[in-house]
Amino acid sequence: MKGVAITGMGIISSIGRDLEETSDSLKSGRSGIDKPNIFQTKHSNILVGEISFSNSELENNLDLEMNHTFSRATMLGAYAIKQLLVNTGLKDIPSETGIISGTSVGGIDMTERYFHDYPENTENRRFIRAQHPGFSTEMIAEYFGLKGFVSTISTACSSSANAIMMGARMIESGKLKRVIVGGSDCLTKFTLNGFHSLMILSENNCRPFDQDRDGLNLGEAAAYILLEADDCIGDRKVLGRVTGYGNANDAFHQTASSENGEGAYLAISKALKKAGIKSRDIDYINAHGTGTKNNDLSESFAFQRAFGDEIPPFSSTKAYTGHTLGAAGAVEAIFSLISLQEQKVFPNLNFKSGMKETGLFPVTKPTKMKISNILSNSFGFGGNCTSLIFQKDE
Amino acid sequence: MSDLHTELKKSIIEQLNLEDMEVNEIENDEPLFGDGLGLDSIDALELIVLMEKDYGIKLSDPQQGKEVFNSINTMADFIEKNRTR
Amino acid sequence: MSKQLFIQDSVIIRNGKVIVNGKIIHETDADQKLSSFLKSIYKKQNFKYPKFFKMDSLSKLGYLASEILFKNKEPESKTALVFSNAASSLDTDKAYAETMNDFPSPSVFVYTLPNIMLGEISIRFQLRSENIFLINEEFDPGYYIDYSKVLFEEGKASKIVCGWVDLHNSDYDVFLCQISPGEGYDFNEEELKKLYLPTHE
Repeated sequence: MKGVAITGMGIISSIGRDLEETSDSLKSGRSGIDKPNIFQTKHSNILVGEISFSNSELENNLDLEMNHTFSRATMLGAYAIKQLLVNTGLKDIPSETGIISGTSVGGIDMTERYFHDYPENTENRRFIRAQHPGFSTEMIAEYFGLKGFVSTISTACSSSANAIMMGARMIESGKLKRVIVGGSDCLTKFTLNGFHSLMILSENNCRPFDQDRDGLNLGEAAAYILLEADDCIGDRKVLGRVTGYGNANDAFHQTASSENGEGAYLAISKALKKAGIKSRDIDYINAHGTGTKNNDLSESFAFQRAFGDEIPPFSSTKAYTGHTLGAAGAVEAIFSLISLQEQKVFPNLNFKSGMKETGLFPVTKPTKMKISNILSNSFGFGGNCTSLIFQKDE
Repeated sequence: MSDLHTELKKSIIEQLNLEDMEVNEIENDEPLFGDGLGLDSIDALELIVLMEKDYGIKLSDPQQGKEVFNSINTMADFIEKNRTR
Repeated sequence: MSKQLFIQDSVIIRNGKVIVNGKIIHETDADQKLSSFLKSIYKKQNFKYPKFFKMDSLSKLGYLASEILFKNKEPESKTALVFSNAASSLDTDKAYAETMNDFPSPSVFVYTLPNIMLGEISIRFQLRSENIFLINEEFDPGYYIDYSKVLFEEGKASKIVCGWVDLHNSDYDVFLCQISPGEGYDFNEEELKKLYLPTHE
């Protein structure tokens, strides 16, 4: 089983504006979680993973026209894809290249910013359309001159993991030759207040898998990878391959995960089966690990069910970036690809003591190891559980 | 039955969309969660909002909610002791 | 090993009507408020699922249509859900944004994603199968066909429910159809378009 080749990646998050910064932060254990600086909220004490670019800096970087209709998530998405193209050396991306993007907020930030102006300010009304999540992907496609398959996925926090899965399937089935897949989400009052009302935001730096974990930190990010059919790769380097993917519904609750981690367990099992490997072949797991009581316990039970007594080294990188919602799956896919490249896994920051229910210990410092297969988990509200497997290109 | 008990039942039916349920069908000592009224974790969060909105009581720990929201009686007792409006 | 796929049953909820396989099974005044219309379907069909009343309107539409499609029977466990719409969860997003000025409502917030509807359907029918939710500008049969074929080829599904469940400013438009090998209408763009927008309507 060879899998689908990944030949490019581009990312922006609170731990880096490009791949190099991102990789340095991961290796040095530098978290991007802090009080908000650019994002305006009355909850100014809540810690977030904010990208240190203002919207006008992003506008300049992308050379947008004065009357553009890019929301922040759209700008972040375009920025990350610009990085991807630079890193790949694909300056003129063929127009038939597909794009599949995952998002949860779409352009809600612009609605928040301009809603009260709409009656008076006709100029800002152009952003009414920008709220639509599909519009964001269309804008990105137009910006890069992509005229092929364009699709937007909205399955909450597994959106961009599902974008990667869908892209891999389209390549495997021969429907597409080349596709950019990933996702983008920015901080909004909408999500911050919402997660606050669900009482799952931590007031501290989040501590995934710790006995005393008390919730998650929200973050913003955009991350995209390039998938290509083998006959189009040319001289581009293969960074890794998508060999396995699985999706299952937890069928338990609108937002909470089931106690025994059924959906997660099924997604992991399906991904292993698709990759044609055994559970012992997984060398490292990049966990969903949000830092909430519910997710981390449920996911730990899923690990125990899928891997028995031999749970591979695992960590959640959410304490670096915060939970970047729709972008999280693609962010962590890129972290996994960096791990494959560097043969090094990155720590689960802020961890002190194991949960009494499972006693599982994540990796807590950057660790050099031989890695062939990485499992990456992304679970979303609505019970949508996705697992991806990335393999070193041999 | 006190006015507060009735008022609570009315708000619970309305706020939690318990369609087709009448005030007199909820017993004062009946468990609100689990086998009783069958409320779930999101309902518990909504009850926390209700406590703040209607009675000025802020509950910051969902665990505390579990005891307070045991039944209409426990809710009413807690409100009598702690209400600020 | 590409097996030929066919469209079996279909359900439309539109303009105050519920239409199953081309036959109207429920009809009210098209001007009726959406919430009353949805409740009237629930009552008329004699469904017993109190969670229905807690859902947002988008989930109610998806729940009712799938309950009607499955005719109260449990669907096969490998029934995948491939859904899409244009307006995402816009109506509920607005309702939630209104509560934000005062006391943000957790029970409204949990519905501010369109795929919560897939969660609700999965919970009701205990489906632990594949599901995906796509946002498209309009009903686009191509997406359903591309993705459904891949799911069947991979053996990830024995049946698929393709769904368009859109709600925008109380304008609702629901089309669900069941796809599997066997018999029925050919599973292609032309047939899907015909079933989605019957000309005799």
